[in-house]
Amino acid sequence: MSLKFSDATIKEYNEITVRYPDRRATLLPALWLAQRDFGFISRDAMLAVAELVNIKPVQVEEVAEFYTMYHKKRPGKFHLQICRTLSCWLNGAEEITQLVEQKLGLKEGETTPDEMFSLQMVECLGSCHTAPVMRVNDEYHENLTPSSIGKLIDQIKSGDVKETV
Amino acid sequence: MTDYLASEKQLTSRFELPLSHTLKVYLETGGYFSLQKLFSMKPEEVIEMVKKTNLKGRGGASFVTGLKWSFVPKNVDKPVYLCINADEGEPGTFVDRFVMEKDPHLVIEGIICTAYAIGCHTTYIYIRGEYIKQMKILEVAIAEAREAGYLGKNISGSGFNHEIYVHRGAGAYICGEETGLIESLEGKKGQPRIKPPFPAIEGLFGCPTIVNNVKTVAHIPWIIGNGSEAFAKIGTADSTGTNIFGLSGHINQPGYWELPFGLPMLEFIEKYGKGVKGGKLKAVIPGGSSTPVQTVQDCEDLFLTYESMRDHQTFLGTGGVIVMNEHTDMVKALKNLTHFYADESCGQCTPCREGTSWLDRLLTRILNGEAYAKDLDMILGITDNMEGRTICALSAACAMPVRSFITKFRSDFEKYLRPSVFAKQTLDGGGSLRE
Repeated sequence: MSLKFSDATIKEYNEITVRYPDRRATLLPALWLAQRDFGFISRDAMLAVAELVNIKPVQVEEVAEFYTMYHKKRPGKFHLQICRTLSCWLNGAEEITQLVEQKLGLKEGETTPDEMFSLQMVECLGSCHTAPVMRVNDEYHENLTPSSIGKLIDQIKSGDVKETV
Repeated sequence: MTDYLASEKQLTSRFELPLSHTLKVYLETGGYFSLQKLFSMKPEEVIEMVKKTNLKGRGGASFVTGLKWSFVPKNVDKPVYLCINADEGEPGTFVDRFVMEKDPHLVIEGIICTAYAIGCHTTYIYIRGEYIKQMKILEVAIAEAREAGYLGKNISGSGFNHEIYVHRGAGAYICGEETGLIESLEGKKGQPRIKPPFPAIEGLFGCPTIVNNVKTVAHIPWIIGNGSEAFAKIGTADSTGTNIFGLSGHINQPGYWELPFGLPMLEFIEKYGKGVKGGKLKAVIPGGSSTPVQTVQDCEDLFLTYESMRDHQTFLGTGGVIVMNEHTDMVKALKNLTHFYADESCGQCTPCREGTSWLDRLLTRILNGEAYAKDLDMILGITDNMEGRTICALSAACAMPVRSFITKFRSDFEKYLRPSVFAKQTLDGGGSLRE
């Protein structure tokens, strides 16, 4: 199934192109637009981006694969990203991860069958002083404790937390 | 004890003000004041002034900022670019985001000063993909500044033109390396380039480019306003000015504080961090995860200065201090870091791509109780082959903590080891001793 960018997105993209003397520099911004519009960077999304930026599909693929924030498969509606690096680890990130896994019945890299939650372990999120930290979509949740993480997930489940992407 | 917080702040003075990120508050508190003086100076005078301060880049490599600027060739027929490195990703480092979030106009003013000095008309702020909030704040601030005539054509009637664009990264530690950042901005994998040519000669789009950290440029308006002598008087001879130091890990009050260089490490931990959490101090990583770890004994005469860190064979790095208490398993802590570097290696140089993964797998072997004493020496041998043999410093950034963890906390590692092969084979009563 081929994907097409909407006219509005193409307009948005064209406004970005004037910032750079070389069109290829718009590749990362174009991939962000694709992820926003199509949900993740599928093969078809890569082809659409290649056409938009006017470069070869392989040039899009190598870049999409290199950067961890471009999802190569569809994440859950709420994509949980737990920081696993040192300061978070020293402050109990492992325990937080286990609790999330138990509560949702999923492992790292998995998505729940209802496509509500997906879990990814990520490297340092740059919030070491409020460890342990987790991002839910684009939102930081800091100073997590076993009780706060449980509460947060319950809130998301009951619809009290809005989808932020 | 001297109250270091009482001295004048250069980067964090507006942090506590409500709406500190708005142009209104910025202007009410002396914002964009340096521009008048800036435009009365010649660009080379600005470079000379910054050189005299001995301001060193705050991103971790600590290169003298004014010297870096002076490498941009004069009278080139190509555009000059400035890239602001806001790809804050070094574990233990988290203060750039607050400078952008709480005082974005200071960053913009710093960019204008820097751009004027190096003759640049376009700046890209390369911000890590996760910092959505900061990106939005910056974009609003840029729009406000343009509206008010601080960006765009003929800034404040000076005839100087400048535009700033925010460019969002997408999750790659290596894009904090300046040539990795440039490659990424050009729409490629963030794989660092072989130097020379250095970016100042041939960087972004093949043009002269300066890459500076957020905090580095944020110091410049203060320097323009107060002069190089005033800046150089703060701190020590080799470590001039202030820096925002971060504290995380096992610490009662984690956070960040802008301080002049020179505070003793233990005083920093006690006074600002309110001491070690959960037990006595065991180890300190002084400036982001790549900097060699320090023992309690090391810390006794360790100061927050470039020179003191150098004397201890470590680095001030990004100024992000990570504290570990006596109950920390140093093997597991190191394994956490080797996982990070193995994950983040861009894969283009063999010593780094293979080395970081080997170290990570050897650490797993140790933790599984499957390693022998010779494996520790093998790890040290591998680290020797990872430094100075690669395009960028990521390989060394992994080798350095590994070597320091093992040499300084060897007994922690030995607890996991199996009895030596020699002993085993002797007990078994045979076999050739090939080990």
